[in-house]
Amino acid sequence: MSQHDAKSKLGDQEVVAFRVAGQDFCFDIMSVREIRGWTETTTLPHAQSYVKGVINLRGSVVPVVDLSDRLGFGPTDPCARHVIIITVVDGQTIGLLADVVSDILAVSEAAMHAVPDMVSDQVKAFISGVVLVEDRMIRRLDLSRVVPRAGLEAA
Amino acid sequence: MTAAGPDEFRASFFEECEELLEAMHDGFGKMLDDAADAETIHVIFRAVHSIKGGAGAFGLDALVAFAHHFETALDRVRSGKSESTDALLALFQHCGDHLSDLVAAARSDQPVDSEQAQLLGQQLDAVIGPVNGTRDEVSDAAETFVPMTLDLGAFGGPEPTPMAAARQGFTISFTADPELFSSGNEPALLFRALDRFGTTSIAADTADVPPLSALDASMSTMAWTIELETEVAEDVIRDVFDFVSDCASVSILPLVGPDVGPVLPNPGATVARSNVPDAFEAPDSFPASLADPIAEPRVGTPEDAPGATVGSGKPGASPSVTGPASPQTIRVDFERVDKLINLVGELVIKEAMLSQAVGMLDLPTGNDVLQELDGLKQLAGEIQEGVMAIRAQPVKPLFQRMARTIRDASSLTGKRVRLVMKGETTEVDKTVLERLVDPLNHMIRNAVDHGLEATEKRRQAGKNPEGTVTLSAAHRSGRVIIEVSDDGGGINREKVRKLAEDKGLVAPGAILNAAEIDALLFMPGFSSKDEVSELSGRGVGLDVVRSEINALGGRMSISSELGKGTVFSISLPLTLAVLEGMVVEVAGQTMVVPITAIQETLQPSTAQIHTIGCGSRVLSIREGLVPLADLGAIFGFRETPVDLTDHVLLVIETETERRCALIVDGLQDQRQVVIKSLETNYTQVDGIAAATILGDGRIALIVDPEGIVGGIAPVPVSLGRPPHTDPVEGENLVTA
Repeated sequence: MSQHDAKSKLGDQEVVAFRVAGQDFCFDIMSVREIRGWTETTTLPHAQSYVKGVINLRGSVVPVVDLSDRLGFGPTDPCARHVIIITVVDGQTIGLLADVVSDILAVSEAAMHAVPDMVSDQVKAFISGVVLVEDRMIRRLDLSRVVPRAGLEAA
Repeated sequence: MTAAGPDEFRASFFEECEELLEAMHDGFGKMLDDAADAETIHVIFRAVHSIKGGAGAFGLDALVAFAHHFETALDRVRSGKSESTDALLALFQHCGDHLSDLVAAARSDQPVDSEQAQLLGQQLDAVIGPVNGTRDEVSDAAETFVPMTLDLGAFGGPEPTPMAAARQGFTISFTADPELFSSGNEPALLFRALDRFGTTSIAADTADVPPLSALDASMSTMAWTIELETEVAEDVIRDVFDFVSDCASVSILPLVGPDVGPVLPNPGATVARSNVPDAFEAPDSFPASLADPIAEPRVGTPEDAPGATVGSGKPGASPSVTGPASPQTIRVDFERVDKLINLVGELVIKEAMLSQAVGMLDLPTGNDVLQELDGLKQLAGEIQEGVMAIRAQPVKPLFQRMARTIRDASSLTGKRVRLVMKGETTEVDKTVLERLVDPLNHMIRNAVDHGLEATEKRRQAGKNPEGTVTLSAAHRSGRVIIEVSDDGGGINREKVRKLAEDKGLVAPGAILNAAEIDALLFMPGFSSKDEVSELSGRGVGLDVVRSEINALGGRMSISSELGKGTVFSISLPLTLAVLEGMVVEVAGQTMVVPITAIQETLQPSTAQIHTIGCGSRVLSIREGLVPLADLGAIFGFRETPVDLTDHVLLVIETETERRCALIVDGLQDQRQVVIKSLETNYTQVDGIAAATILGDGRIALIVDPEGIVGGIAPVPVSLGRPPHTDPVEGENLVTA
């Protein structure tokens, strides 16, 4: 893990980086419970289109959010290669559907840039900053905004 | 047995208090019903006395003081010095309520209502009578009870009693039964309490402790001899052991000889003695009796306890209480039970998954694997049932809380009310019980405030001036039915209707049948009393009660007869953990419909289906017309299919007697499913009650019949729409 150690020196926060609709995103690794392959979901009636349905996570009913759809890139047609990142946001366990998990990175708050203005509003609403790592621009996702909420967006 | 901290002893004390309070309220109930025998007052006395004893050990002074005062008054009745009149019983009940409050306050470290204590104290003083002239201090009351000068503060005060008056010596032999430990008591705490009275010297007798190889850790083989030099009376010392009197042998003998100087060594002691103030700082620092298995257990019977042993030297002890009548119980942390229930739920799911996998193998019938699997299935089912039964609790404590609500409501309204309880032993899931408290409270208040007429009015109507509210519980076809009924004036439907019209809840002149008018009471914003009363007029109506009951998977109904009374009936599932359901296929989804809602299943080809209006269809069955709705369309999975061949109709009826026929694609089977919350990680979904996990590990949604029928066949009044004359024609088919 020498590479990992080298990266740790760069920053004070470890993030998990993943790809959605060809773009790189990340969020704090402490929010991640586990990463699992795509499993068929059970469709929820009257749900927003980005809520793919619910899966059984060792006896718990966990909703899965299609990040691509949520961020405005259009719905994913999931297959076995897709991943579900299980996160806990405000006490709720939520699965996030992503194309692939690419890396675990250490980033410092200092390296984090504000979101540029020209980004579309829909994406901007979910992003709390961007960081450049090895010429890749990684968007930091604001998890609390991604989660479907009662009375606000959920049917 | 694991080492337990003071908090755990405290917790078990409060649990014990709950039981004692229950016994006390029970006793009062018996006395009120004239069903009391000679033992009843003793049981009550003992309960209060035990609470006092325990509270003393934990230094809960307010509780001790009031319990003592109360107990003193009870003792008057017990010893026949005072007559037990109705008025006195009422006072005692109020005192009992206050005692419950004090226990609750002590439990949550809340401040207590000292005004109430004082008020009741004065009333109690009147009962106790002028034995010692005026008394302002509650602790003075002790003088009528214990003919010794004593300071009750010594029970809980951290300071040892200072050397002052004549000191005496006592030899206390203490032998604990195994039950003492299993009921969460701890000798060290008792000894600590003794230490507050004076100078103690404690010796442990380990003569009966077997070698380690023969040791049974659940037995108690230890005995203790305590020599106490103190100025308090023997009774006070005895009180310390009061709480454990039924699971320990205690003998207290005065030390002989006029000289009570240094405590004499005890020849029976084989283990080093310790000076209490050092070793007994906290139970944690008392590992000898807790962690060390050699020191803890004891195999002996009371017979081999040293000295003249008395089982229980406490006044008021009665054989019926200490006797072996009640079954043995253990206290278990609820979290552990819940964890077990979750695990068993997982086990059942795994078993189903295994069955499904084996089913794919196409094994020949009679194959060993299939047979063993069947055995496993049965076992898993039995384990699940057994674990569920642990959660079930009798409704009695809940009902007793309601008895108090009645008393409070009765004194607020000035109406005389009697509460009759039926079926208190009916068992219901603990969670359901807890969540029933608020709705039931409200219904009880409602029954007293709105249901019963004023005493004068009752007299005029030729009724018993004392109103009766009946609270009953019973199991009926896999559900629990709880009824709150009163013998009041019944629902004045004319008045209800007029009120509803005035408030715009119902269109003037609409034709409503009796049941529909009664249902108006459940509408938001409806309050039938002309003036808002202090009791139930808080802007919280029966609609809130009903939604609380609905949230529990329960249904509420009402029936009433003018002049005779009203019955509110709640039907609840036995448990919130499992449900008997029909697994159905619809639009490629697997869903579960609760079996309790399903009336019958039909093939559309044989059913009489009529089209009304533009595309709305109804099914004609024996009892009438039922609207048809597609389950897939209700949930937005598809358009309602036009051709119903290859589909199945499920006729469902809700608790509010609304019916509809659901179109589904196929029926899988009927089975028990584990209920999983959808709200934990998501939100509530209209028409969905919960989720469950099927044999293949996938999630299936459980349909909420009330929720979907509400959208299809609304009872007009419940939605605030003007009602229709014909219940069928007026119904709106909500299809995609």
